Amino acid sequence: MAAAKIRWSELDEDDGGDGDGLDFLLPPPVVVGPDENGLKKTTHYRFDDDGSKVKVATTTRVVKLARTRLSKSAVERRSWAKFGDAAAGDDASARLTVVSTEDIFLERPRAPGSKADEPSASSDELATANRGTALMVCRSCGKKGDHWTAKCPYKELVDTLDRPPTSDGPAALNDPAKVSYVHPRRRTDAVYHDGGHDMRRRNDENSVRVTNLSEDTREPDLLELFRSFGPVSRVYVALDQRTGSSRGFGFVNFVQREDAENAISKLNGYGYDNLILHVEWATPRPSN
Amino acid sequence: MRPILMKGHERPLTFLKYNRDGDLLFSCAKDHTPTVWYADNGDRLGTYRGHNGAVWSCDVSRHSTRLITGSADQTAKLWDVKTGKELFTFRFDAPARSVDLAIGDHLAVITTDSFMGNMPTAQVKRIAEDLQDQTEESALVISGITGRINRAVWGPGNRTIITAGEDATIRIWDSETGKLLKESDKEVGHQKAISSLSKSLDWSHFLTGSLDKSAKLWDARTLTLIKTYVTERPVNAVDISPTLDHVVIGGGQDAMNVTMTDRRAGKFEAKFFHKILEEEIGGVKGHFGPINALAFNPDGRSFSSGGEDGYVRLHHFDPEYFNIKM
Repeated sequence: MAAAKIRWSELDEDDGGDGDGLDFLLPPPVVVGPDENGLKKTTHYRFDDDGSKVKVATTTRVVKLARTRLSKSAVERRSWAKFGDAAAGDDASARLTVVSTEDIFLERPRAPGSKADEPSASSDELATANRGTALMVCRSCGKKGDHWTAKCPYKELVDTLDRPPTSDGPAALNDPAKVSYVHPRRRTDAVYHDGGHDMRRRNDENSVRVTNLSEDTREPDLLELFRSFGPVSRVYVALDQRTGSSRGFGFVNFVQREDAENAISKLNGYGYDNLILHVEWATPRPSN
Repeated sequence: MRPILMKGHERPLTFLKYNRDGDLLFSCAKDHTPTVWYADNGDRLGTYRGHNGAVWSCDVSRHSTRLITGSADQTAKLWDVKTGKELFTFRFDAPARSVDLAIGDHLAVITTDSFMGNMPTAQVKRIAEDLQDQTEESALVISGITGRINRAVWGPGNRTIITAGEDATIRIWDSETGKLLKESDKEVGHQKAISSLSKSLDWSHFLTGSLDKSAKLWDARTLTLIKTYVTERPVNAVDISPTLDHVVIGGGQDAMNVTMTDRRAGKFEAKFFHKILEEEIGGVKGHFGPINALAFNPDGRSFSSGGEDGYVRLHHFDPEYFNIKM
């Protein structure tokens, strides 16, 4: 709209017009009332986007707010002279009372119903949450979207204890073995029924190996390609340590085994970046 | 809502009191000067200079003419509300903790701490209309309670005096004879020191807050437990909404531990609970330290909280507050 181009400093003179300067062609606004019922009718005209005249009639009810009843003595107290420290200097006194710049709300606790809903919603939530943060999953502690495995702050802990600290949020739901207590409902709701397995094992189970990737393919590209089959928990493209270029293969982990199967059947032999992809189950590493 | 912050005190707040019309707010703090504020805009009206110790509590007469304060300087003082002039001093042999005026403003109950071997007492003083007749004599002395009496208030019709304190027990005394009438049930009652006590508007019930992280609602005549509000912080201050079925509970971890934890962990919000359903309605954040004092405006449209941080925060409720459905 033209109004967007008007500088705010000019608005005063322009009286907030539409910028096309045709406002003087419009009939002046009419205000009727308020009548005894407090109804006020306002009629004003404006041009719409097509340049035709539009009559806008608004009916509002004017309600007189009942003034808070103030006792006579309270009114009298308003005019009391300040005394004590307050009488000394108005300047210092005025600075004592400030209105908070922060808007404070009465923070409602979670509604009673929502607590119960959460576990059932979480499996869905997990799937959707995975889309955004699928890439950033720490394999040593299982935390999502927080850090990469290499930078895991709990790495030492995991190594020494061989038991990662409990993580919160959906990551914890994702991995029943890693929380001290998992609600039975969550356990059954969880994607994996084989709770108690190690995270690394589990990741490998739905791991898909993608070979014959072009050198330009990076992890986001793979994610883009594979996420359409279902929630992806991890994407990895092997890079050459020295040159930093792709070594032409990578791994994709799915949250659901069926999704992985689906992806293999669809994408094996798929032409991607002038190369024919080879997609298969990743064979578990013998060291694991 | 945008609370009004009043930084008139240099030390932690101890007590807040509105006058009956709800246009004045009296604040007591560990600094020596009780202060009166206009309750609508937070303007400071005046201070009451004269105490020489922390001021623990105050009460204002029905017509907002006189103020009585109890202080750790072992005195309770009567003040002229309008001018801040000191009218009379009651001297004790121990710090005065709680003061409460009876209906009619002719009697006041003042509690003294245990100090230098003295037992804690609750003493009833006559307040003379004419200052010439004012004496320091006690009309009644209630003693025999072990542990500090944190709060003593008049029961319905001035017939009883209700005390609550460190021994976690609420007691009802006959205000004529000083005889112990009732004692709260140890099983259902508070498990730790009771820090605050607030009466309902009609005096039929009252609310106590305790360091055992709960607040309890009691019948003022029979001393039967009506409701319990469980929270996750030691409770320092409570009040009952005069218009809605709400109670507000404030507190927070011990002041000595505050610096050791994060503000959120301190739980310094004022929590609102539904009086009947015992369900939490919400919390109002803002203080940087535990809340030591809470008071609803008698019109129920605003409330103020005083914290260990030395601030009084005056909150005028948003319109939504009055439409909250449980």
